[in-house]
Amino acid sequence: MKRLLAIIFLVLSAGAGFSALPQDWIRTGTGLGVEKIRLAVPDFKVTTNDPVSQGFAITFNNTLWKDLQAAGIFDLVGKSFYPMAPPGSPPDVRLADWDQPPPNANMLAFGNLGVDGGYLSVQGWLFDVKNAQSPQVLGKQYREEANDANARIIAHRFADEIIFRLGGGIPGIAESRIYFISNRSGHKEVWGMDYDGANQKQITHNASIALSPHVSPDGTRIAYAGVNKDGWQIQMWSLELARNVSFPRFNGTNQSPAWSSDGKSLAFSSSYTGHSNLYSIDSSGGVPRRLTNDKGPDVSPTWNPKTNAQIGFVSGRTGLPQIYTMASDGTNVVRVTDQGYAVSPSWSPNGQFLVFAWIRHYGPGAPGASDIYLMDVASRQWVQLTHDGGRNDFPSWAPDGRHIVYQSNRNGRTQLFMMLADGTQTKQLTTSGENTQPNWGNK
Amino acid sequence: MQLTKVKWFGLVLALAAAMAVSGCAKKKVAQAPPPPPPPPPAPTATLTSNPNTINAGQASTLSWNTTNATDVSIDSLGKVGPSGSAQVLPSQSTTYRLVAKNESGTQEATARITVNPPSAPVAPPSNEGDAQLFQQNMKDVFFEYDSYDVTGQYTQVLQQDARFLQQHPNMSFTIEGHCDERGSTEYNLALGDNRALAAKNSLVSMGIAASRIKTISYGKEKPFCTDATEACWQQNRRAHFAYNQ
Repeated sequence: MKRLLAIIFLVLSAGAGFSALPQDWIRTGTGLGVEKIRLAVPDFKVTTNDPVSQGFAITFNNTLWKDLQAAGIFDLVGKSFYPMAPPGSPPDVRLADWDQPPPNANMLAFGNLGVDGGYLSVQGWLFDVKNAQSPQVLGKQYREEANDANARIIAHRFADEIIFRLGGGIPGIAESRIYFISNRSGHKEVWGMDYDGANQKQITHNASIALSPHVSPDGTRIAYAGVNKDGWQIQMWSLELARNVSFPRFNGTNQSPAWSSDGKSLAFSSSYTGHSNLYSIDSSGGVPRRLTNDKGPDVSPTWNPKTNAQIGFVSGRTGLPQIYTMASDGTNVVRVTDQGYAVSPSWSPNGQFLVFAWIRHYGPGAPGASDIYLMDVASRQWVQLTHDGGRNDFPSWAPDGRHIVYQSNRNGRTQLFMMLADGTQTKQLTTSGENTQPNWGNK
Repeated sequence: MQLTKVKWFGLVLALAAAMAVSGCAKKKVAQAPPPPPPPPPAPTATLTSNPNTINAGQASTLSWNTTNATDVSIDSLGKVGPSGSAQVLPSQSTTYRLVAKNESGTQEATARITVNPPSAPVAPPSNEGDAQLFQQNMKDVFFEYDSYDVTGQYTQVLQQDARFLQQHPNMSFTIEGHCDERGSTEYNLALGDNRALAAKNSLVSMGIAASRIKTISYGKEKPFCTDATEACWQQNRRAHFAYNQ
């Protein structure tokens, strides 16, 4: 936790220091003053030597490596630096081989896997190379039906164990899923995928227009906006029942639902009394409570997930849309952006930051790029995270507070990308159709 | 339908011919002794209607043709010439029967005219007319970027729209709010809502009953034009009027 805060603090203080200069693109390194852990991850040893086991081993080793790399807290030691005979179990480990250059590792993750009786068995360990007395930090065993999907799942679980131990006690995101809107079926439907872009699956089949999916904190339901001839309604999809379940309907346009982090409330935008204003409602239904009351459109609420005592949102009450915060009962409204076109806020899990999409220099002759920005809510200092052109929008925090998923059309059609919260390590997650409005779920 | 009728005719003719032949044979037997006068050939007859399906109040034309008949009549028309045509105005589905006679036999032919009941057939064309009329007369309202204010010329457009609506008090309709492709999906959905509402409020202030007007926003989900140009974006920033059946 401390490490993360330090990282973000560095990013922010650098950003704030130079934000008044005409050129406000600041490349700040997360490594500044904070040493990343040098982690060595030799391929797991295959104990049953057949082609099927080899195939699972390739999947497992690739997945584990990518998960640890994506975590953003490790400096993975290149495999070409490893000793010739990688260890498969603790007795094989000679700490001296890893402690000294070339590997010069702080930590060593290793293990073995094999298939017996149709089951894939994996044993994994994490050793503190610098602690010769009692090096073992972690030892785990996994046994699942032998298939490629399970090889991936076991790798995700082991990666999350390592990330949890070495990442300041923040659970990893390798087992989390991202929900989004895709038009690849011919209609805009809700889709889901693993955090790394694998296993993309269509969820709704409404053959209409679905927008703004938000998954419940317990991962069982997805609130989204759907349209029929009578207008837009908040719809509730049960992932357990694989169908829409009932949710109160109101006149007008009802959209942009957002779960509180305790799963008890939804905030949403509704025009059922005339203009679009924000309301909150029990997630089980009931009567909505009015939060805002003005003529300009109010949309895109996001709860402060740390406290659920505040809501960030977008309002056009003074003209172009800006980001505001308020108490979750609608009092104490504060505008936090000062210019341009600012939309799509997402509040960080630690409660400290908002990310949002911002066309800072809006107007005739202005470049008009929409980029993702991160703002410290208390100080309102901000830093620009995307610099690669295109329209970047709908950032959503990962539950670890280290990653952000967003949409961008920088390569043509709108696709989903993830990045670290300092704007580095960008990775494209989708390629098929147009993919928009990602929402990062919990594990 | 046409094919069935043709078949049916064939069947009738064949049957009639068979009857005529057998009749002849009988007569030959009965009147064998005196020298028989040459019997006139049996009559033939056809009857068709065009069109054979009409809406109530419309006319159809019956056409007939007979040979060798001395007496030709059609139900509801009475005696007619050996061949000809006549307009009929049946109020319900009717089977017209033609009877052609001469001394050696009788030939019948029928034609059926199906009449669609008045309620169903009358409504759609007139409704279609209304929809067309609505579309031709109701002009859309266009908006500035990120704005939902009805300005200058579009107030006049709405006044013309209101005049048309006052002349057609039974028409109800939906105002669709649309936005250009720039900006956030969610914000645009609300903006489209405000545009539709602004157009509705203007019409209501001009005396159009609010109960006739529904509103819906399509944000940037259903653009009229999909190029990334200002000319195209202008087309998409609008309140569009859609007639409700």
